[in-house]
Amino acid sequence: MYSEKVMDHFQHPRNVGEIENASGVGTVGNAKCGDIMRMYLDIDDNGIIRDCKFKTFGCGAAVATSSMATELVMGKTIQEALKVTNQAVMEALDGLPPVKVHCSLLAEEAIHAALWDYAEKHGITIEGLKKPKSDISEGEEEEEY
Amino acid sequence: MENKIIYLDNAATTKVRKEVVDAMLPFFTENYGNASAIYSVGAKAKEALTLSREKVADLIGADPSEIYFTAGGSEADNWALKATAELLADKGKHIITSKIEHHAILHTCEYLESRGFEITYLDVDEDGIVSPEAVEKAIRPDTILVSIMFANNEIGTIEPIKEIGEVVHKHGIYFHTDAVQAFGQVHIDVNEMNIDMLSASGHKLYGPKGIGMLYIRKGVKIRSFVHGGAQERKRRAGTENIPGIVGFGKACEIAKDTLDERIKKESELRDYLIGRLEKEIPYTKINGSRTHRLPNNVNACFRFIEGESMLIMLDGKGICGSSGSACTSGSLDPSHVLLAIGLPHEIAHGSLRLTLSYETTKEEVDYAVDELKKIIETLRAMSPLYEDFVKKNK
Repeated sequence: MYSEKVMDHFQHPRNVGEIENASGVGTVGNAKCGDIMRMYLDIDDNGIIRDCKFKTFGCGAAVATSSMATELVMGKTIQEALKVTNQAVMEALDGLPPVKVHCSLLAEEAIHAALWDYAEKHGITIEGLKKPKSDISEGEEEEEY
Repeated sequence: MENKIIYLDNAATTKVRKEVVDAMLPFFTENYGNASAIYSVGAKAKEALTLSREKVADLIGADPSEIYFTAGGSEADNWALKATAELLADKGKHIITSKIEHHAILHTCEYLESRGFEITYLDVDEDGIVSPEAVEKAIRPDTILVSIMFANNEIGTIEPIKEIGEVVHKHGIYFHTDAVQAFGQVHIDVNEMNIDMLSASGHKLYGPKGIGMLYIRKGVKIRSFVHGGAQERKRRAGTENIPGIVGFGKACEIAKDTLDERIKKESELRDYLIGRLEKEIPYTKINGSRTHRLPNNVNACFRFIEGESMLIMLDGKGICGSSGSACTSGSLDPSHVLLAIGLPHEIAHGSLRLTLSYETTKEEVDYAVDELKKIIETLRAMSPLYEDFVKKNK
């Protein structure tokens, strides 16, 4: 059901992890629906994305789209990163099954959320960036098992 | 074990036994005649049909005349529900079932709702058990049928069928059970257990796919579901699937002969597997009843991870399992069964079902657990939920 590229990025995800003191961190998705993506960006003074890492809770497609998204924004300027759309992520992965298209949307949103966080922290406005929907379920009271 | 397939999805379907295939083969090319015909190739098919019916009946203490072959469990469920509803619509339009039934029951109930019937979907407890008291409380003067599954296909919980049947009969109502998952895996006696109708399928007990049956107690007057010829005592038309029926019969015969031995072996291995998961993988919850459980069923939730990714990684190691996560159910919600036993969505997404067969070995189980441990570790290291959990508990 998945392309070879998707399987490759799922089985060998690129840039998994956290960035300490990241310039921007964005978390999108919802545990209720089974997908959460967190994107970390390290952006230098010239506005270039020097490093990008992710953590994802979700299916194979969710992991693969996150992994691909980090590769696509790495080394890019903020404006270039904004152009990494879900379509671009899907194309780079040689497509996704129809039911998994929302995963690529989530990847796009995760990038936007991280950029939004960066803009807020630095008191700047990024042209063309809208406040992303952060759809994390509230009050995650965890039961102990 | 790297190149071997470790098949732990026997609740989905099973490998057909060699003896079953051997029994079926002559009925494709030698005794291929129509069982309704008069000549000898047809007579042989007829004879095989009769013999197979006896073997199927024998497994549940029924009379052969009470067994009606169908194309599978789903057809049997559809038949039992729709035909009973149609037959008794004048008496009442209320049916009782549970929230954890198979979709063959639930979606048929939804269809009946659209036709003016009223369905009560009973809650289950945290083990997935339907209480006979709850059944009794839900019974109304216009209740015409109660349908409760014998054992749940996801979490393996075995329902108190005998007790529920007793309650239902006390009120003079028909009792149907979807026994697809339990048939040939545990002891079933339709008389002792107060069952009026029972659905079963061939491919869950090492028989072929595309064959099943509905047991209809003598005196229960439900009508034909498939109209046409006079096959199956005029209650289910269509030329009999003789190779399938012969295979089903053979599978039932072997199931009966090996039942006690399989129950013992599989439940020991099941408990060993559950024990290892609980002991060696932190933040694990075993789903379903510990005591009233199918001998071959293990179902667990591993927190902070998602089921589909776990299945793909297991597949990479040659291990076949299944999950109740949204991604594997084809909807946005995780399994209705896991939600019905009270699991929060995010935990239900991380479920894994492993179901054993009579051939499963301890070595296979050990290999599966060893690989699973590594996979869960990898996925947790990737999970933002786990990251938050660790930071919160620092």
